[in-house]
Order: sequence, then structure tokens, then C-alpha cells
Amino acid sequence: MDLHFGDSKPTDEERAAVDALLGPPESSWEGAARDEMRTEDLRWARGGRRARERRDLLLPGLHAINDRIGWISDGALGYLCRRLTVPPAEAYGVATFYALFSVRPRPATVLHVCTDLACAAAGAQELGAGIESRLGPGSGVSVARSPCLGLCERAPAALAIRAGDPVRTAVSAPATVAAAVLAATAPDSAPEEPPAALAVPQAGDPSLLLLRRVGVVDPASLDDYRAHDGYAALRRAFALGPAGVIREVTDSGLVGRGGAAFPTGRKWQATASQPDRPHYLVCNADESEPGTFKDRVIMEGDPYALIEAMTIAAYAIGAHRGFLYLRGEYPRALRRLEHAVAQARARGFLGDDILGQGFAFDIEIRRGAGAYICGEETALFNSVEGYRGEPRAKPPFPVEKGLFGKPTVENNVETLVNVVPILTMGAPAYAALGTGTSTGPKLFCVSGSVARPGVYELPFGATLGELLTLAGVRDGLRAVLLGGAAGGFVRPDELGIPLTFEGTREAGTTLGSGVVLAFDDTVPLPRLLLRIAEFFRDESCGQCVPCRVGTVRQEEALHRIVARTGADAAGDIALLREVGRAMRDASICGLGQTAWNAVESAIDRLGAYE
Amino acid sequence: MRKRQPKTYTRLTHPLVRDRRDEPFRQASWEEALERTARGLRRNRGAFGMFSCARATNEMNYVAQKFARVVMGTNNVDSCNRTCHAPSVAGLSAAFGSGGGTSSYAEIEHTDVIVMWGSNARFAHPIFFQHVLKGIRNGARMYAVDPRRTSTAEWAESWLGLNVGTDIPMAHAIGREIIRAGLANEAFIERATSGFDEYQALVEPWTLSLAEQVTGVPAGAIRELAHAYARAERAQLCWTLGITEHHNGTDNVRALINLSLLTGHVGRYGSGLQPLRGQNNVQGGGDMGAIPNRLPGFQDILDPDVRLKFESAWDTVIQPHYGLNLTEMFEAMEEGTLRAVYCIGENPAQSEADNEQAVRRMTELDFLVVQDIFLTRTAELADVVLPATAGWAETDGTTTNSERRVQRVRRAVTPPGEAREDIDIICELAGRLGHDWKYADAEAVWNELRSVSPDHYGMTYRRLTEHQGIQWPCPSTDRLEPAYLHGRLWEPDPARRGRLAPFGIVRHDPPVDLTDEEYPIRLTTGRRLDSYNTGVQSGGFASPLRRGEYIELCPEDAERHGVVVGERVRVSSRRGAVVAPVWIDTALRPGLAFMTMHFPDEVDTNQLTIEANCPIAGTAEFKASAIRIEKLPITTTVG
Amino acid sequence: MTVTPLGIPRRLLEFTVDGAPVRVPEGSTVLDACRAAGKDVPTLCQGDTLRPKNACRVCVVEVEGARTLVPACSRRAEPGMVVHTDTERARHSRRIVLELLASSVDLSTTPRAAEWIEEYGAEPDRFGPDAARLDEEPRIDNDLYVRDYDKCILCYKCVDACGDQWQNTFAISVAGRGFDARIAVEHDAPLTDSACVYCGNCIEVCPTGALSFKSEFDMRAAGIWNESAQTETTTVCAYCGVGCNLTLHVQDNEIVKVTSPHDNPVTHGNLCIKGRFGYQHVQNRG
Repeated sequence: MDLHFGDSKPTDEERAAVDALLGPPESSWEGAARDEMRTEDLRWARGGRRARERRDLLLPGLHAINDRIGWISDGALGYLCRRLTVPPAEAYGVATFYALFSVRPRPATVLHVCTDLACAAAGAQELGAGIESRLGPGSGVSVARSPCLGLCERAPAALAIRAGDPVRTAVSAPATVAAAVLAATAPDSAPEEPPAALAVPQAGDPSLLLLRRVGVVDPASLDDYRAHDGYAALRRAFALGPAGVIREVTDSGLVGRGGAAFPTGRKWQATASQPDRPHYLVCNADESEPGTFKDRVIMEGDPYALIEAMTIAAYAIGAHRGFLYLRGEYPRALRRLEHAVAQARARGFLGDDILGQGFAFDIEIRRGAGAYICGEETALFNSVEGYRGEPRAKPPFPVEKGLFGKPTVENNVETLVNVVPILTMGAPAYAALGTGTSTGPKLFCVSGSVARPGVYELPFGATLGELLTLAGVRDGLRAVLLGGAAGGFVRPDELGIPLTFEGTREAGTTLGSGVVLAFDDTVPLPRLLLRIAEFFRDESCGQCVPCRVGTVRQEEALHRIVARTGADAAGDIALLREVGRAMRDASICGLGQTAWNAVESAIDRLGAYE
Repeated sequence: MRKRQPKTYTRLTHPLVRDRRDEPFRQASWEEALERTARGLRRNRGAFGMFSCARATNEMNYVAQKFARVVMGTNNVDSCNRTCHAPSVAGLSAAFGSGGGTSSYAEIEHTDVIVMWGSNARFAHPIFFQHVLKGIRNGARMYAVDPRRTSTAEWAESWLGLNVGTDIPMAHAIGREIIRAGLANEAFIERATSGFDEYQALVEPWTLSLAEQVTGVPAGAIRELAHAYARAERAQLCWTLGITEHHNGTDNVRALINLSLLTGHVGRYGSGLQPLRGQNNVQGGGDMGAIPNRLPGFQDILDPDVRLKFESAWDTVIQPHYGLNLTEMFEAMEEGTLRAVYCIGENPAQSEADNEQAVRRMTELDFLVVQDIFLTRTAELADVVLPATAGWAETDGTTTNSERRVQRVRRAVTPPGEAREDIDIICELAGRLGHDWKYADAEAVWNELRSVSPDHYGMTYRRLTEHQGIQWPCPSTDRLEPAYLHGRLWEPDPARRGRLAPFGIVRHDPPVDLTDEEYPIRLTTGRRLDSYNTGVQSGGFASPLRRGEYIELCPEDAERHGVVVGERVRVSSRRGAVVAPVWIDTALRPGLAFMTMHFPDEVDTNQLTIEANCPIAGTAEFKASAIRIEKLPITTTVG
Repeated sequence: MTVTPLGIPRRLLEFTVDGAPVRVPEGSTVLDACRAAGKDVPTLCQGDTLRPKNACRVCVVEVEGARTLVPACSRRAEPGMVVHTDTERARHSRRIVLELLASSVDLSTTPRAAEWIEEYGAEPDRFGPDAARLDEEPRIDNDLYVRDYDKCILCYKCVDACGDQWQNTFAISVAGRGFDARIAVEHDAPLTDSACVYCGNCIEVCPTGALSFKSEFDMRAAGIWNESAQTETTTVCAYCGVGCNLTLHVQDNEIVKVTSPHDNPVTHGNLCIKGRFGYQHVQNRG
């Protein structure tokens, strides 16, 4: 490609960051010095298809620069583009899409202070203000208000990222001003995060299926995993054969846990039967729904279970490459998974000949960079491929044209880890759990006004009240948000709602990703709704008009009525309904389609603004 | 860097005349200007040459060649296609009996391998290159052969940066490798070609390692290209002036055609040969007979039946021999046997290689009439200047593009002042010289052409509009032919297969202007994206890309000479010297420099180029001069 | 039409539009079928030379059995599909989309925008005087064309035309996100520092006038742009042998704009800098 590069040159540090990821450049056309060693380059240059096929390394490349330097300069972007044969304008469009990247100079340390729902209820505003005044000007730390960091059980939360070699991170949660400032100014000496098990109040309960090993096994040890029945399910999968695995998963009644509740077995079958090759497996670990943190807990506490589950899924659908797309704000999950993948590879649980069965499969971990929309499956594909994380039109569906335009299964973490017990206990036993149409166990992320926030595993069918009791709901409950920002509010008198897909649907609400956020009457509802509206405005990718402008108009209207009620708010509420209806009907993807849900439920169910 | 605007030309609005060349022009009436022209031509009957215009319509070219042949009784008619693509026409005619590119643009979107040889189509033919890009997006692999790593080459799977003027060694080595690897299409060679044994013997010495020595390109790269081209089910071979603007341009073309004969990549959908034309109507000018050896419809003057047809259609006698081509006409000026020239829309004072010589020769003519829309350098030499219309925007007619597609051009704006359409002017002159020609409009000219050219017979104006252009041949008014040529070569029936395509037995002959210690740098020339030829047209708009003329050097050479971007240096060849600012381009390598001829009023590049002509086609070796660079004593920079 | 291999004949499929059966070739979009049936479905981001982007959502129609409305421009017709183009639900979304656009973007030069706003009863003012707008100033950084992003509806057509669908220059992309997303070159630099080759193929596809010839921009600013007084004449470019068809837009005997027919087999609506902008020499009339 005849790309145009400006005059800006990368610094040695930027060049080293890119080369550490991609290796040294192969020719002077790719950025190597033009010297005597390279005279042949002036007679023969390779390019074409092979050069253009490396686009998917763009996002890792941007991370490499951002991790090392803290921001992405003209020269660094240009060098990365030269290495990957990517047009600089497109790379700029990608870099500016993600909240974690900056294309303007900034301090090497960025402290992300979560101001989302659970943290807001836990005093995030005051925390942020306190941190800023404590740090003062010229502190070398940039403070960023952040959407949900997935640490809701320890709200309020802050995440410090200090660029360098290697990049350093420190989590402070529950955060105080002092702890957050320490994390930002001395990430290496910040206290280690508490073990993942602390997020699982039921930890150690032998009846658990999905959380069984969290807090029990050493998440760094493959052998410990194997000592706790690890890789029994994969052996069983090899015995069953791919068709047998799909049959078990289909018969188990497993449906997707990301919120759409699509039957997993059908998705696998549809992909497995596509003649187009190769097939891909994608694990969606871009857990970004405000209030959701269950996937993080599994990845931090039982990473090998996810790797085993991905291997089984890949075997069933005939995929040899799997991508694990992990949200960028999960540094500990990243470390644990990178270690686990390396261990599994070293021990032959990933690679060319897994368990000597002649099946080849490997996993690449790709980090998100701060974009809620990348949890949408097709936006995630674009993100992995090195494009802006904008959703694609469906149809065609991913089972037909997914990642790199090839048949792809995308499942989220919770869905995948269910496959392990399905294969070890057998489909009938699994299907016997839960209700007739919602089978198996379900993870719930309980936070807010409860004594024991955390991830709970209950069989489908428990009621909202039972779950909240288990978590120790506090007095003065005003509302419960089910399903996160894209979900809906229910009243304290609706605690009898059964936590199943059909039960919540019948009650006119949604289970979503399993968020259960309890708010007591000290939390001002209009502020909460405004925060939700801000979230969608910030996270809209901007591709379609209903969502791009609709989320702005929604936020503007909620802003106008934040202190109004009754007739004073009626006009804007009518406007919200009209805009909300069009967003739901005419947006490209689920983000825009659900951006009005929570607000609507607050108006209709909770009587907000009355 | 300061943006440099080239000289801007203002439209001619009135005829200009003068009595002596050292006088300034004065405005004249059409009557006076035409009368002077008629006188000047009349007294030089028998020593006349017509420079027709590759940018004007088919209709104008038809009338212009008819003027030369009928009114002036000579076949001395030619156009600037001589300076660019005459070797393509000569080479393709020799192989296939017809001078057009064999394929259509759409085919390149559906081919498997594309070879761009001596062609920076990304700059020179951007919309053709969009079809190439479609092909690449559809999965085709593209190979680029070019001394420079151009924008075109940056799209290639593999770029082969050969030494200037070593195309024949490269082609022969590819041919030899194809034969030795058993990849030659034996069935096609047997059935459709002649002279294979001789060809095999010709290329036998060109081993990959010898080719590497001569071309400078690694043997592995040549081998890869040979195999990719030969193994492709469909392949397109495209070239531009990098092949033709050499002293042996026709031989270069033949060497490339040989590769298509060797592999059968011609005469099928998606497989073919595509020379890309530099001017809007280079193809049409030749098709219309505005060349010295062909009558309209590309019909051979030496064929008595053809002559008879035209003689009865035009009520005249046609000289039974070829006329002089442009190059030969300039030589005849030197000898004094050509005394008057009617130059329509051409600018040889700036477009010819070694243009000082061309200017001197034109100055010595007895009579020069120039018909143009601007007072070009050539017009400044004339006795009479006739203001014409811009073919593409101010007249009706047709032009023929590189894929042989005849398309309608239409009058959109009214010409300025007293400017008149070319055809009107020529007809007026014909009338004054005793031939009363009446054409109601361009369509009437076209219909006359249709009646004498079977290949154009089916193209009525109505059909041309309906189909957005039609490709020749189109002998029928109710049918369209396949968009590619020479499908006959694949016919099982030898009678329908027709004349076998001969392999060209052509030998390597390095550039005439050799580099040595005194002139160590090879200068090659080409086009930039936003400029065109001598800049008379393209200078008129404010291109943000334009930066004027530069001598482009590789970083290493610039360092060796101690010069920086913008620094003015003296560039000398064995013929002349110019001063030009330096530009640094990494697409070049040590010993290779690049210039254009877009800004002749600023830097007259053709003072450097050599008039070493292809003996068959007459095209000069613009692509290979030997130069040296000298730092000026006092550094002056632009910017 | 030129004779080329036709490939396998396309099958026809049958479905229902507004109660009437329609038959279209396999691969057709719902929009193709609607237009063939004479339905006037509004479109903004749809381009006849580009793959559907379905970003503007003004073409949404109701398909029975679908949870949401579907964009007619990109949804492929399926056998047995039942499509309603003019339901209250579809009209509601179109109205809101028009309101959202008109309240944030300058649609004054968008063909048919005013007509549709009228037709759908859209009231862009109802979001109040403080409703956020794009608030962009025209970018005039070269003499050939102007980027007036206050008129940009972010349809992506210019990006697609500059990118892999036609020009493959990739000078522009969408940068930023959400309401702050804008069409930009890298680092939001002026065009003159970018990869732009000034082919103007982005102008050719721009549906709103956000991209325009400098000549048109200046004439509009001076109040003398008058399309009803313009002629459009298609001719052939004189700058090389490719034979691109140019449509010259002429007002008062001056060429004021150049386009190319979108169905032309040579150009498909695309030109290079010389064909698009290199006409000035003809009218240097002294």
C-alpha cells in the first residue's frame, strides 16, 4: 500500500516498545535503518497480501506504546503503521476510539477513579475530589473519571496505571484518598489486592459448580488445577468427539450468560457445520456492564477452568485459534491468564497436539482498551481485527461471518465455564438443575446496599429476595437494578421475582448479565439515572444516529429534570419516551437499543420524577 | 516549502500572424490568418507535414489526416503518440496484426496475477489503477517491475527494482525460467504461435544469475515472478512509458508480448496485454489514420484494396507508400525536404527529447502554422497561430481510450473570443486549397468514418450514448463483440485462428547514453499525480500537491553530494544542463535520479534527455540519460 | 453493455412489501425491492457505488418477526419476508432520526432533507436551544475543496470512498467516539499534511454538502450558486488515455463542479485530481 507518513520520527523508546511486540523490522521499507546491510531492499521489496494481513496487531501495538510511554505520539503511531502496513488515518481513528489511549501527551501515571453506579453510591464523587486535592497540581498523575471498573464488591474503586517497562498497575478498592494516592504515586509498594476468593462469599461451599475452585486452588498452578479435577472434562470431550460434545451442550439446555440467552449448543452446531474455514473461537471477557464482575473473579480465581472450557469449545466447533478478549481494566486477570496460557502451552494443554489427541488449538489474549461497546460481539471482532470497535450489521451472524469474516463462536466467560461441569456431570444431571427453561447454575454480581457484596452462584429459580437475603441486604431498600445499566429497576416489593430468564421477562424486566445492584433511599435516583445516561453517551460508538445523538438528547433531558418532578418534568419525560422508542427500534446494536431501558423502568416502576 | 505555480497560460481568442519570425505577433482576422495559411501551405505542397493531435477528437483526427492525404497529397501525418506509445502499437501489430491493448479494464478485476511493468499507474492512470485495486481486493497478486519503488510498486506482492534499460534481459530470463520449469503453455505455443524454437534459443543464455548481474534484481525475485505469471490461470501484463520510451522501445514491447505467447495469457477473458495510454486519444488518433502508415480503421496503406476503397470514397489518389513519422519529419526538416508544418494541439518544442534541436529545426521551416488553445512554446515559433477549441469541453465528437472504448465527448462551454472548432478550421483551409468539404456536425464526420472503417461501423452516436461507449471492433449495429481481442488464437479451426502470432526475436541493447565517470548517474523520467505532460493544461489549477520541478535523488546520493532538500544544483548531461532544486525520495537508490517534464518553463528537463530513437517506432529514449550533479558555488535554497 | 462472462444466472426470490408480492434477484436488498416497487424510502448514508453502511437509520422499515426495525439499505431480501415500509413505528423512528440530525447538524444543503422533515412532521427545535450541536467551522486548507463538518451526518461514505472500496488512499477515518466522533485525517491535521490526493471522490459521495468544491462553497457564500441555472454535460477527460467520463456542471459558461456518472464502466463515479479539478485551463480566458 502506498501509505503516507509524516515527518515525525519515533523515539528510541517508542521504537523499542513496538519492536518488543513485533520483533525487529524485516526491511528498510518497514522501518529498519537504510544502510549497507539493506542494499538488497533497493532491488526487491515484498509486500502485498502478507504485509496487509497483520492489521490485527494494531491494537496490541497501540497498547505496547501506551504501556511504555503513557500516550501515543505522531512518531510512534507512524512507526507502528509502517511496521503493520496500516494507514495512519485509520490507526488514528482506532487510537482515538479507546478511552485508555491518549494521542496527546499526559503524565505517565493515570489514576482511574470509578464513578459508576456502585462506586457512586459508595461516595466516588467525594473520593475523586479528595484525590485531586491531595495530589495537587503537577503531581505527575492524571486523574480520570472512569466507568465501572468491575470492582463493585469493593466499591469505591480506583485503578492506577503507570507507563514504563514493564507497565505497572495497582488497584485500590475499597479506596480511600490515601490508598488511591499511594497506588498512583507508588504502584510497586501499594498493597497486594485481596485474593479473588474474598469476592465469593460462598467460597469453599462444595455444592458450587462454577465457583468451586475459587479460593480453593492456587490460580497459578496447573497441577493444583489438575488435582481438583482439572482437565477431566477435556478428556471426556475427546472421548465424546466433537459431535458428542455439541450434543451434551445442547441437551444441557445451556444458554448464553451474556444477556441474550441464546442456546449455546445451537450456536456451536451452526458454526461447526459451516463449510467455510477456518473457524474461530472467541471468548468475550470484555466484562464492562456496570455492576458486573463475575468473569473477573473466575479469571482471577480459576483461570485454567476457562482455558479448559475454551479448548473444549474449540474442539467441538473445529477451531484451531481462539481469542480471549479481556477488558483492559483487568490487570490481575491479565497476569493470571497470561501465566495460565503459558503454563498450559508448556505442558501440552494448548498447542499442536493437545493430550496427544492430534487436536491443535491455541489461545491469544487480546486486551481491550476502554470501550463498553466492544462487549458487543461484532464490535469485539472489529476490535480484534484492528478496526474501530463498531458493531456490524447482522445478519450475517457470527456463526456464518464472524472474526476475520469466518465462522465464529463467541461466548462469554461464564457461559464457557459452564461447559466443564456439563461434561463432567453429564447433560441430564446438569439440566436437572434450575428450572425447565433456565437450566444449571447462575452467577450473580451483588453489590450496593448489602452486607456481603460479591459473586453468588445459585441454581436458576431462586428469587431476588432469597439472593438479597443471602447477601445481607441492608435496611431502607429503595430499588434494585437488575442487569446493569442496560437492565431495569425493580421495586423492593418485587423481591419475589424468580431469577430466571423467563421469570424476569414475565415480570417485565431482565436478568441481563446477572447484576443485582441494591440502592437504599439515601441515593438520589435522578442522579443515578443521569449517571446511566452519561455512561451511554460516553460509550456510544457514534456509528448510528439514534444512539449517537439520542443518548446525548437523553442525557440533556435528564439533566434538565434532575431536580424537577410532576408536571415540570412531564414534557421532558414525553420527549425521553419518544427518543427512547426510536433508540430501541432503530439503533444498530444492543447498546442503543437498551440505553433507555433503565431510565424507562425507573420512571414506570419506581415513579421517578413523580 | 513554498508552493510553486508553473507558468499559467491564457486562452487564445484571436488569430495571430506575423510577417517575419523576429517580429511580434499581431492580432488578425480569420480571413487574413486563413489566407496566409493557405498561401504558406500551397507553396510547400510536396514538403508538408501534419502534426495531428492525440488529445483532440477522433473526428478531428479523421479530418486532419484526410487533409494531409487528400488536400496536401502526403502521408506525412503523425502525432505525439510517437513520443510515447508508438512502440506499443508497432509491437502489438507485429505480433497480432492489431495495435490495441488486448483486454478491458473490467477484466483486471477478475484476473489472478497482474504484472505492472514500467508503469506507475497509481500516478499516471489513477482510475485504471482503481480497477487494479479491485483486482487486488478480489485476491489477485500484483508484481511491479520498475527501477523506482513507486506508489504502484508499494501495492505489489513483490517489487523488482531493475536497472534502467534492462527490461529485455529481465523478460528473457523470465521466459527461460518458464520454459525450463516446464511451465510453458505448449498447447498454445504449438497452436497459435510461430518461431518458438528460435525464441527458446534466444533466451537460453539468460540464466537467472546472468539476469541478476545485468538487471541488478536478485535471481529469486525473477524466478518468483516467472513462476507466478506462468502458473496463473489468468494473468494481465500492463506497461506504460517505462517500456516504450527507449531507443529500442518496440523490442521491449515484443519481449513482453513473448511472455504472453509463452504462457497463453492472451485472447482469453482475464488474460491479456494492456499498454496504458498517456493521452486521451492516442488510441483514437492512430485508429483514425493520423499516422503515416495506416488509413482510418488501422488499415494498411500498402494494401491496394484498402487504398482503392479510400480513393473512391474520397475521390483522390493515395500515395502507395508510408509517410514520415514525427521523428522522421524532424529529420526531414534538417535536410530541408520538409518545409511546412501544420501543427494542431501539439507542443513539440517542449515535449521532444533534446528539444533545443527540435526548436532550431522548427525555426528553420518556411512555414509553420499552429492551431491550439494556448500560445505554447511551439506556437511562439509560428507564422500563423489559429485559436482553437478545447476538444474535451468545447466540441462534440468522440475519443477512444486505452481499452479501445469509443466514447462521446460533448460541448459543455462556449469557447472564448473567436476561437473555432478544429474541424471548421481545417475545412475552411481545405476549401481555400480547392476541396469543398461540408460536414454538418461531428456526427457527419463520424458517419463518414464508419462507412470506411469496418471496426467502427457498428458505433452510431446513439449506440455510443446508450452503452456509455463501445469497444472496437464493432462491425455490426446490432451486436457487441467480446471485450478482449484475439480470441481467434484459441480457435480449434486453423482457418478461423488466422495468422499465427510470431515470437519476437529481440536482443538486449543497453541505453545509448551510457553512464561513466563523468556522468555517473542514471536519470529517468515520469509523471506526477497532479500534473500532465508539459504542464500547459495542468498548470491551470491550484493543486495542493504541486511543488514544481525537482531533481529527485536517493538519500545516499544527496549525502554523497552534500546537498539537501530545496538546494539548487546543476544537472548536466552530454547534451545540456539545467539548474534544479533537490528533492529526496527513498523510492530511488544510489545512482538513480528522477525528473518530470511537467514544468519546462522552470526546469527544461528535455534539455538533458537524448534523442536516441527507436528505429521502428521513432520514440526517443526519455527514460535513460546519463547525468551528473554539481553543487552550485553559492548555496541557494528554495523554500 | 460490453460482452463479458455473465456467470451463473441469479435466482429470483419472492416476498411481500406493503401487502403486495415482489420478485427480486437473490442478493437484492429490501431497499432495491422497495425502489423497484416504487416506494419512496428515504436514505442518507446509502450510496449507489458503496456497500451499505446503514449508519443513518432513516431507511428503517418493519419486517414481521423482527424484534427491531431493519435498515432497508443493507438487509438482504429473504424469501417469504413480510415488509411494511410505512407503519407508524417506522415513521416514528424516521421522524426522530430526522429530528436528531436536524437538531445537531446543518442540513441546509442536504437534498430532500427539508422535504422529509415536512413529510414526517419532524420538529428539530423541540430539544431546546441548549441542545448540543456539532459546532464545527468550515475547514478551508486548500484551493480545491472545503470540508464543512458542521454539515456532516457521519455517514462514513467519504471514508469508504477514500478507503478500500474505491480510492485506497485512506486519508481520512472516523476519529473519536460517540457524539464527538468526526471525520479526520491522522492527528486531525490539515489536508495538506495528510495522505489526501485530492481526487474528490469523497465529494462525489457526500450526501449533505459537507464536502464541496471550493468553487461551490465560495459561490454559495456569495449567494450566486444557482443549480437551476446550471447545465450538466458528460464528456471525456483529456488528461490521460484511461477515458474517464466527466460531467461538467456549468453556470454562466463557467465550469463550477465536476462529477462522474456512477454507472460508468470506466469510472464508477470516481476521478483523479486532474479529472476532477484540472478544468481551469479551459476558462483562463484572459
